[in-house]
Amino acid sequence: MLKGLLGQKLGMTRHFTEDGLWIPVTLLQAGPCTVVQRKTADRDGYEAVQVGYGDKKENRCTKPLREHFKAAGVEPKRVLREFKVENGSELKPGDEICSDIFKKGDRVDVSGVSKGRGFTGVMKRHNFAGGSRTHGSRFHRRPGSVGASSTPAEIVKGKKMPGQMGNCRVTVQNLEVIDVVPEKNLLVIRGAVPGANGGVIMVKHSVKGAR
Amino acid sequence: MNMVEEYASQQCKESQAIPKFNVGDTVRVHFRIVEGEKERVQVYEGVVISHKGKESATATFTVRRVAFGEGIERVFPLHSPRIEKVDVIREGRARRAKLYYLRERAGKAARVKARRRNVQA
Repeated sequence: MLKGLLGQKLGMTRHFTEDGLWIPVTLLQAGPCTVVQRKTADRDGYEAVQVGYGDKKENRCTKPLREHFKAAGVEPKRVLREFKVENGSELKPGDEICSDIFKKGDRVDVSGVSKGRGFTGVMKRHNFAGGSRTHGSRFHRRPGSVGASSTPAEIVKGKKMPGQMGNCRVTVQNLEVIDVVPEKNLLVIRGAVPGANGGVIMVKHSVKGAR
Repeated sequence: MNMVEEYASQQCKESQAIPKFNVGDTVRVHFRIVEGEKERVQVYEGVVISHKGKESATATFTVRRVAFGEGIERVFPLHSPRIEKVDVIREGRARRAKLYYLRERAGKAARVKARRRNVQA
């Protein structure tokens, strides 16, 4: 069985647990996903399945893509991603995967593209303290010194500087599955998930959280 | 209704089970508390100073009371299964939706006028 799914973030709300606690949850549209291609060690050098999510008009596909979908015998898909599978997995093109691969209480990792913040300064991006706003400090949101003098005469690699923040792939690990609604392919997950509502996300069984 | 609201509304109470009160009312909230194994009902009394989110699944209301000279505010989820019932002890007449101004007042100034029912000539 496949260990992951593609989907969309729908939005956040709150949920009462059985003990009456009110916890924050995120709703995910998880699947249905269709297997588009099976990659094998013999032919491709590794074992994986390529999975598609969301429909797309055929005339919006480039010709190579159109033929790719035709070869698999599936409708054109909007998003294509690969998931690793074990040797001898029986998934084949055209198979559908739904949110019922997860169940209540499972732990999952969710990846998505975080909201872009643009080019940001060092206070917002790296939580630097900055300087005093008043008392004539004349040093407000700047990073301060970034290195020493002629020794070492360079700035250390990886020094935290201003730059693009967000709009990159982020994974949140070990989130708890609160509820699964297989009829609607809904996945209800405790806590927050990267990206904006409507953003494409990838849900996998957690690498850490077997518990 | 979108998917998020639809999902959340499954947990809502039936409309007749939703506690009925207005901002400005003095209420008694019967709240179930779980202490280890035991369960008991705690009664919390005070003035409703805010009610957010109409009757949506994430609606809350705030009850303020002054205990031992210290103002305490508790926010309750309207649809919480832990709320047994809400008794209205005294109906108040509030001219605004949020009575946050009560926070700055103490003693006699921090009262809400009683609502007069069926005033007809």
